Amino acid sequence: MLKDVTLGQYFPGSSFIHRLDPRSKLLFTVIYIAALFIAKSWISYCIILAVFLAMVIVAKIPASALVSGLKPIAFLIVLTAILNLLYQREGRVLASFWIITITDQGLIRAGYMILRIMLLIMGTLMLTYTTTPLAITDGMEKLLSPLKRIRFPVHELSMMMSIALRFIPTLIEETDKIMNAQKARGADFETGRLTQRAKALLPLLIPLFVSAFRRADELATAMESRCYNGGDGRTRMSVLKMSGADLGFLAFSAFMLATIIFLAVRFGI
Amino acid sequence: MPTIETRLLTHVYSPATVFKNTAIENINIKIASGSSVGIIGHTGSGKTTFVQHLNGLLCPSSGQVFLDGEDINASKASRRDARFKVGLVFQYPEYQLFEETVYRDIAFGPHNMKLSKAEIDERVHEAARFVGLSESLFDLSPLELSGGQKRRVAIAGVIAMRPGALVLDEPTAGLDPKGCEELMRNIEAYRHETGATVIFVSHSMELVARYTSRLIVFDSGRVVMDGTPEEVFSRSEALRAIGLDVPAATAIAGKLRELGLDVPENCYTLSGLKHAICALRKGGAPC
Repeated sequence: MLKDVTLGQYFPGSSFIHRLDPRSKLLFTVIYIAALFIAKSWISYCIILAVFLAMVIVAKIPASALVSGLKPIAFLIVLTAILNLLYQREGRVLASFWIITITDQGLIRAGYMILRIMLLIMGTLMLTYTTTPLAITDGMEKLLSPLKRIRFPVHELSMMMSIALRFIPTLIEETDKIMNAQKARGADFETGRLTQRAKALLPLLIPLFVSAFRRADELATAMESRCYNGGDGRTRMSVLKMSGADLGFLAFSAFMLATIIFLAVRFGI
Repeated sequence: MPTIETRLLTHVYSPATVFKNTAIENINIKIASGSSVGIIGHTGSGKTTFVQHLNGLLCPSSGQVFLDGEDINASKASRRDARFKVGLVFQYPEYQLFEETVYRDIAFGPHNMKLSKAEIDERVHEAARFVGLSESLFDLSPLELSGGQKRRVAIAGVIAMRPGALVLDEPTAGLDPKGCEELMRNIEAYRHETGATVIFVSHSMELVARYTSRLIVFDSGRVVMDGTPEEVFSRSEALRAIGLDVPAATAIAGKLRELGLDVPENCYTLSGLKHAICALRKGGAPC
């Protein structure tokens, strides 16, 4: 059951999107999110949707993977839609009973909200689906490197991120194993009142923490024995390189953002 | 003591996804009560998946598991019952220890069985004795013990439930030869004293050859051989084809036979080989 976690899952591939530099994909994601929040009308949404769909098709990411990524926030989407539906009092009244009034404006706003959240989540999932976690943290480190000037620990941060990402699957597997071992001794994780269930988690959490600390210790030793001493003077085997395709991709996404800002400012749509 | 039987047991991981993986397929096995059985196979051959069905940890995708003729997956209660009848010791079981003291960790299983305090106490002492664990360690934290001692505590934790069948997944992995020997002798003594069925999952041929009377060989989720160690090891070519090997002693005996020497075929332990070679040299006289 724990194996269904899709966090940071990478779909191997060699499409145009897969081959892009992680930095351009990160920048694109930021631009994409900005565009989503500036968009005011169906024209802007259509532009973003078209760009998103084009990326999905080019990267050959299965639609089922994107939909399953929405599952954890399905509740949030429904709640946002309902709130928007109920709190919009302007516009033509479609239905009204007791204190609830549903207007056509409310309906439209709820629709936009659903679309916005879905595009937001699925768009950012595209980043993790087409980029390995390691490439993402590499790109992040490079993008944030100007912050080193103000003594911000950029390298340490990205190293921590890549270690954390690297150990998520390991810890999930470990949790599964310990859970089974305790179940074999009659531990019961599924029934009982909330307090009982919380207490039943101790036989799982304690060995998990012990092994996480042990792993951290072993990893630190392994890193030290290979002379790791921070990011200073460290070179990379594969150096990130922006290609013409990256520049084109970034120019295109900047153009998309500019169009949407223009539409919003000039025409208010 | 339970008789274990599986009928057409099949397990598929992540069905209906791209990661679909049939771990075991149509396994029909009957294990007599009180016997000592070895399950061998290459990594990923389905051994561990198979044994996790025997105590209801995994639910079969299709097929059934019977303990004394009763389907263990018939109800939630029967599945939980199976946990106590078939004790499963996982690979590297020392990583499951969590209590403050050794005593309380061994008592975790009996405690879950809702036994009385006196009964739990008796079982903890008995289990510690079976695995050769000194009572002076009872008040220590399991984290203070050595690797071998931790493993003993973990195994005692399962034995304390007095399971009619004890399944051990790679019980000696990571132990030194002496610790390995002691542990296996302890488990053998446990089997003799209680009459429990013992199932070893391993890919160490020496180990299963010495301590079991029946070998079940898994390959790619199927049972490919099932018989006494002699029968299985006589098919060394077939074993090699699925990535397994015969014990070193058997291999040497085979080579000697190829040279035209009269070495018996059922030679799979070092001491057995020694006897056979001595017999050759002195015409039967011990060396």
